[in-house]
Amino acid sequence: MKRFLIPLGIFIVLVGFLAVGLKLDPREVPSPLIGKPAPDFKLALLSDSAKQLSPADLRGKVWLFNVWASWCASCRQEHEVLLDLSKQGGVPIYGMDYKDQPGDAQAVLNRYGNPYVETVVDLDGRAGINYGVYGVPETYLIDKNGIIRYKHTGPVTVEVLSKKILPLVKELQQ
Amino acid sequence: MRPWMIVLALWLPFAAMANEAKPLAEDPVTEQRMIALSENLRCLVCQNESLAGSRADLAQDLRQEIREQIRAGKSDEQVIDYLTQRYGDFVLYNPPVKPLTWLLWFGPFALLIGSVGGLYAYIKRRGNRPVDEPLSEEEKKRVADLLGNNGNKS
Repeated sequence: MKRFLIPLGIFIVLVGFLAVGLKLDPREVPSPLIGKPAPDFKLALLSDSAKQLSPADLRGKVWLFNVWASWCASCRQEHEVLLDLSKQGGVPIYGMDYKDQPGDAQAVLNRYGNPYVETVVDLDGRAGINYGVYGVPETYLIDKNGIIRYKHTGPVTVEVLSKKILPLVKELQQ
Repeated sequence: MRPWMIVLALWLPFAAMANEAKPLAEDPVTEQRMIALSENLRCLVCQNESLAGSRADLAQDLRQEIREQIRAGKSDEQVIDYLTQRYGDFVLYNPPVKPLTWLLWFGPFALLIGSVGGLYAYIKRRGNRPVDEPLSEEEKKRVADLLGNNGNKS
């Protein structure tokens, strides 16, 4: 009887591994940047190409950095959620228009509303690479010292916002 | 040789060449190093493709980035470091050996050694079974009885 326990045990362990494997999302690549300073950039603003913004300008406040583009369908999905968040005013959202025509991006903001305090334009995607962006939308939560504390890949949902992002924002703002 | 065979023979090498991509950079050495490097890197968008084989936008950007870094005189390790700092070990098709990946690297060997050991123990135990031991007198009598009865019935 005991000899059946060994293959059974191996089987159960295998099933366990496969079950965990099924639950994992292969799109979710853990970012090595969490806990590290937000990579620097100096990019022109969408609203005024003569002005520039750099993460260093935002020292001292907790902010959300949302990478998006007008050509990205799932960015449209989260747009609504971000608009609501910006109206609540709990945390400032800064956008990065990733590999996009500034005119197209501005048209989207004009039509659907603008949740961003400012949007910077990353025309060639170089700043995006520095942030490890591999698919828009991506959202980073950056603390007062300019350290990346959280990264969300894919559209921000109400659930992600209330369960992950906002509690962390509150904690970091203290 | 028939004329059409000559035409075919002349045309075949060109047909074979038609599928090969032309080198993109003017500098073939850079291009070769870039391809060698990117074959061992994973495209993050289409995750089952290498950076060398992918047509994704990001892959093209990253290949361009690698080209520029090679031209700037960076070593292969420096380029790989640059990418792992941004995208993590996930970009490597050859994951580094560290406690987190021990199961990945050594698991199959542990499984192999374990099963060979198990098989060896099993076979050895089976070999030790007293198969050739002669029957005792009582057993011989029972066998004879059974065979005898059997014979009577049939």
